[in-house]
Amino acid sequence: MINSLLWTPLVFGLIGLFLPKRFAGWWATAGAAVTLGIAISLLAGFDPGATGLQDSVDVNWIPGLGVDYSLGIDGLNVFLVLLTALVWLGGTAFAAFREQERPHLFFLMMLVGETATLGAFIAQDLLLFVLFFDLMLVPFYFLFGAWGTDRVDGPTASAATLKMIVYTLIGSLLMLVGAIATAIIAADGGQITFSIAELAKHPVGDGSQQWIFWFFAAAFLVKMPAFLLHGWMPDAYRAAPLPVLAVFSGVLAKVGAYGFLRVVLPLFPDATVQFQEVVLVIALASILYGSVMAFTQTNIRLIGGYSSVAQLGFITAGIFALRADGGDGAILQMVNHGLVVAPLFIIVAILVERSGSEDLREMGGMAMRAPVLAALFLIVTLATLAMPGSANFIGEFYILNGLFQAKIVFAFVAISGVAMSAYYALRLYQRTMHNRKRDSLVSREIGWRDGAVLVPLVLCIIGLALYPQLILERTDRSVSETVAAVGGPSAEPPKSHGRVIAASSLGCTHRAPCRVTWEAPPKSHQSKVAARQ
Amino acid sequence: MSFSAPAIDYAALSPVIALTVGVCVVLLSAVFKPVRRTAPFLSFLTLGATAGLLIWNWNDPTTLVSGALRLDDLAISISLIAIAAAAFAVLLSIREPAAEQAGSGEYHALLLGSVLGMVLLAQAQNLVSFFVAIETLSIPLYILCATDMLRERSLESGLKYLIVGSLGSATLLYGMAFLYGGSGSTDFLGISAGIGHTGLLGDPLILVGIGLVAVGLAFKTSIAPFHQWTPDVYEGAPTPITAFMAVATKAAAFAVFVRFFDVALIGEAGDWQPALAVLAAISIVIGNVGALGQNSLKRLLGYSGVAQAGYILGGLVVASEAGVNALVFYLAGYLFMNLAAFSVIVARERETAFGDDIRAVHGLGAERPLLAWPLTISMLALAGLPATVGFIGKLYLIEALVEGDYTWLAVFIAVGTMISLAYYLRVVAAMWMRPGGETAPDAAPAIAGASPEADPIDPEAGRRPYLVAPALLAAAGAVFFGIVPQPLVDFAQHAGSALI
Repeated sequence: MINSLLWTPLVFGLIGLFLPKRFAGWWATAGAAVTLGIAISLLAGFDPGATGLQDSVDVNWIPGLGVDYSLGIDGLNVFLVLLTALVWLGGTAFAAFREQERPHLFFLMMLVGETATLGAFIAQDLLLFVLFFDLMLVPFYFLFGAWGTDRVDGPTASAATLKMIVYTLIGSLLMLVGAIATAIIAADGGQITFSIAELAKHPVGDGSQQWIFWFFAAAFLVKMPAFLLHGWMPDAYRAAPLPVLAVFSGVLAKVGAYGFLRVVLPLFPDATVQFQEVVLVIALASILYGSVMAFTQTNIRLIGGYSSVAQLGFITAGIFALRADGGDGAILQMVNHGLVVAPLFIIVAILVERSGSEDLREMGGMAMRAPVLAALFLIVTLATLAMPGSANFIGEFYILNGLFQAKIVFAFVAISGVAMSAYYALRLYQRTMHNRKRDSLVSREIGWRDGAVLVPLVLCIIGLALYPQLILERTDRSVSETVAAVGGPSAEPPKSHGRVIAASSLGCTHRAPCRVTWEAPPKSHQSKVAARQ
Repeated sequence: MSFSAPAIDYAALSPVIALTVGVCVVLLSAVFKPVRRTAPFLSFLTLGATAGLLIWNWNDPTTLVSGALRLDDLAISISLIAIAAAAFAVLLSIREPAAEQAGSGEYHALLLGSVLGMVLLAQAQNLVSFFVAIETLSIPLYILCATDMLRERSLESGLKYLIVGSLGSATLLYGMAFLYGGSGSTDFLGISAGIGHTGLLGDPLILVGIGLVAVGLAFKTSIAPFHQWTPDVYEGAPTPITAFMAVATKAAAFAVFVRFFDVALIGEAGDWQPALAVLAAISIVIGNVGALGQNSLKRLLGYSGVAQAGYILGGLVVASEAGVNALVFYLAGYLFMNLAAFSVIVARERETAFGDDIRAVHGLGAERPLLAWPLTISMLALAGLPATVGFIGKLYLIEALVEGDYTWLAVFIAVGTMISLAYYLRVVAAMWMRPGGETAPDAAPAIAGASPEADPIDPEAGRRPYLVAPALLAAAGAVFFGIVPQPLVDFAQHAGSALI
């Protein structure tokens, strides 16, 4: 099952090479749909109560080097797999509805990208994880470089892409060295293994952890991207073809955050605790910087890009609260963010098609003739700014809750990010949808094809808003195990009474993390949308 | 008076004998029957027979010629790599102007002669056989570099290689003399014993000797700062010869590098390891930085070869069996990665007027996908991206380095790889992200041959099976062994465990 999940996209992609050009897109969409089907059936068979991996595969791949082909699903990755499959289907279908140059290669690369990303999420062998993590870059290099747009006032698409690759690989290659060092130090002259579960049982010594931690952190923080390591992002985002950017921003950034949960916390617990505050500072800087940049940019791609920087900052902060509720919130928020940013970029693509420009100043008034598009966009916008009632609100609440109990000062700073997200999200919506209509702009409704891509994604946002427990129930166990490795919430007794009271007043105990159930206000904002129409 | 001839192990000598016979036959074939295809065919036959005889001797280490040669799995695996590279070179030389100008027989005989030197060098376990083999390897190559006689560049390349190569050989020989003087033996095992009681640092004679030998070997393997000849010679030589040199010479020279340091000097590993590690680091930096601005693909691959030599040297630095395994694995992988690229360059050189300039591959993805894919795979593999043999090779090397407490060198490899992406991916971008169909500004006029620099253009070269097949084969190997590396790992482990 898990094997078919991983390889289905690749197989479809390779077969697609031999089909006539006009079928390439449909065939790839079918491949992504089949993959989504497999992912859903994996979720259906997922047992939230079980510990450890489910549906795992473990075969010797390169026995000479101690590398195993080891895959598995647990609470940490089951929803990220689903998100990947879903967003990919949306992006691929959206691209298939449009004329692509060299469609064979385009869709092959899309599907290779899906296999690589799924591989990174389900790999349970450290080296296999590194391999898929690096492999993700190759298809996106082609997609960004060959189908991207060359800027008149900036670098060409291939130059922008090269910058992205070099940035990302700085981290990845150091991570490769770090991974190998971890395994060798842990083996201590014995048989080398890269199995993450095995390595987590005997973490390497404190001194080694410190430098290896940063090798991994570099890879993950660049991927997100985090503040100071985001230099590749503006150029790459402006060059990328938009359907590709939807999957890239929707899913690939999460691999970095996921890597912290999967690899760094279990394998380098001491270093994680030691550098907790450093990473939190980076995360907060990302939130502030990303938010401020997002509400000053006029290029709509960059607004999406910088808002992702801020959101990923939130997710990182949640993980580095090192508490189960923070981790739960981080995973929920990863899914949420993927679900909002992918449709956001698809909407951006639709807007660009209609206005012929990517500049916010040349847009406006789109809602006049396109109420459905406006409604869909509004839901996405409200979810982005974490409106109470959306799953994003619950995700951010969990994250902030974890952060409050772990490091209260950081939580106060992080809260400002919530307020700022409202500003940039609403600004984007107003400036594109409302205001006076430009002459150059063609305001027209989306066709059924684009609707078929957007509506299911938006329905997922609404569905998750109504029932976030779908995710929280299934991730909690794995997250608790992961944070338990770094001492968990109970390892550090609360230092002051005030904090204990604060925590318990929120209905949380240290062992059983927050179980605040949010009754979503029944379709409050949807009815608002309806009223507007 | 009875005379008993020394026992000669013909079985173990058979590969060398086969090659020697092959050289003579190929040379004479040109005299008797100057048909175009005879020499390549006979060369294939020779290479095939030699490879067969080598495989026959697999896993049966034998010492030959009173210890001067040792045919073990290290020697066999390296020889096989050299033979495979030569077979590719023969294929790529079909209709190569150089081969026709020099005379097909001579050209192929020289190629085989060089292979003979490599097979001997991989077995050399004595300073004398070492030197003889390295000269047997080098002298035919000096000539081969200059075989494209109508091109000034080729002559320049041959001359440059001759002068620099001779300097390298002289340094090597000088060092050997010191070593012999210091240890009283030319045999590697004898040297090891001879040094045993004085130690490396205690005897300046030996220290100077080792230093000079290392420098001589660094010349041959193009390790910085002894690499200056590499880009020029690579650029000027006929491309099939460049391809052969890039892979086979490197493999053979590394074989003796390993044998010299890991057999003769293994006792003093602690003393020479840091020095070689520094050389490797310098090589990685200089090679990768040097390749950045290159527009000639052959120069680019020349500098990339310098960097790759630095990575490979890492396998020797750790002086462990895992290190030798990694080194042999990387060399075998290097065969696939590099030859895929060179096959494409040969095809494009004949097809376009750009020669080996990067413009020759602009728009290749749309125009000739069967050439673009091999070159793409080759570049990604050389850059060490996953799902290629280059990734596994780097993994292997880094594993050996970290195990041998040379993590800093592993980090150097990582950083070097990062720099290297900038130029490898530039080639990929040229193929897939740029429009093709440019015409060369200085395109040769219709009367081909009017310019002494221009070789005749064959607009169909990009479809010729003898050029496309090697490219596809090598690229397929690079991907296959990236996904199923275990056979190659086993191959390399055999080689590594052969050392005593």
